[in-house]
Amino acid sequence: MEFTEEQIVRYSRHILLKDVGVEGQEKISNGKVLIVGAGGLGAPVAFYLAAAGVGTIGIIDGDTVDLSNLQRQIIHFTADMGKTKVLSAKEKIAQLNPDVKVNAYQDLFTSANAFELIKDYDFIIDGTDNFPVKFLINDACVLAGKPFSHGGILRFDGQTFTHTQGNVCYRCLFNSPPPPNAVPTCSQAGVLGAIAGMLGTIQAAEALKYLTGVGELLTNRLLSFNAKTMDFRTVHTRRSPRCPICGEHPTVTTLIDYEQAACDILSHKNNS
Amino acid sequence: MATTIKVNGQSQELAKPIPLSELLILNRIEQPDMVSIQLNGEFVYKEDYETLINDGDEVDFLYFMGGGNSITN
Repeated sequence: MEFTEEQIVRYSRHILLKDVGVEGQEKISNGKVLIVGAGGLGAPVAFYLAAAGVGTIGIIDGDTVDLSNLQRQIIHFTADMGKTKVLSAKEKIAQLNPDVKVNAYQDLFTSANAFELIKDYDFIIDGTDNFPVKFLINDACVLAGKPFSHGGILRFDGQTFTHTQGNVCYRCLFNSPPPPNAVPTCSQAGVLGAIAGMLGTIQAAEALKYLTGVGELLTNRLLSFNAKTMDFRTVHTRRSPRCPICGEHPTVTTLIDYEQAACDILSHKNNS
Repeated sequence: MATTIKVNGQSQELAKPIPLSELLILNRIEQPDMVSIQLNGEFVYKEDYETLINDGDEVDFLYFMGGGNSITN
């Protein structure tokens, strides 16, 4: 691909990077990334990937912008309240970088559309807030051989890892979803807004590393941090031979829509 | 002889090897449903919580963490 003079200036700080260069920027510009959830994590991911010039960014989210989102979902502004999150995000990306093509899906990510959605993308970002969809993203990506970045935040903590084919998956670490209501969500327990940015930018960096092939991805490791102490910790993980989806005798061979915790459904109704 | 293990990267001294289920109580994990346990980097199934934790073992309690959205998908 031929960059225009304007693009060479726009991406000059990537092009100057020894490991990226023009070639790496071409890979970024040809890259396609799907962001599931345009919320706390999806917002910084979308901003950094758009700024980086990722060629195609898909965003799926079924929600509209609510006042309580604005404390951390930085791609949505006060004037966007009531607007769909995917449209709000698409408008900001267009202003930031017109090079980026945005596919906005005003929808839920379910077993019915998961494979169809991920198939055209190189890398998937889990920016969701709930376990049924986190497991669904994992299962769809493992079964389809797609790489993804997992992200979770709560209160002052964050955790993330990257999955690529043949490496540790979410089910190797967490087997199956916790019982509904056993684990508080951010809407119940709260979250420091900046944590979403800390974790989302790690996810965006992983997507850019994957597209350019630079460095070592966060595979077979789980990175956790606590913002109260600013301690970062990496736990080395191994594939589980008994993993229900990528182990020796898989029991999960099709996609499952797990039930949402009752309080989540209630809060969803209240928000929309 | 003392048993020295690592829990979430921090050294812990035990008088003797104990089952994982006791280590959960010792570390005040009140809701085991909320954690996934790795023993020396490998997932431990609930039915194996009686496994003895020996000198030099590394145990990690990994917490389930959701996202930053009020509720999206």
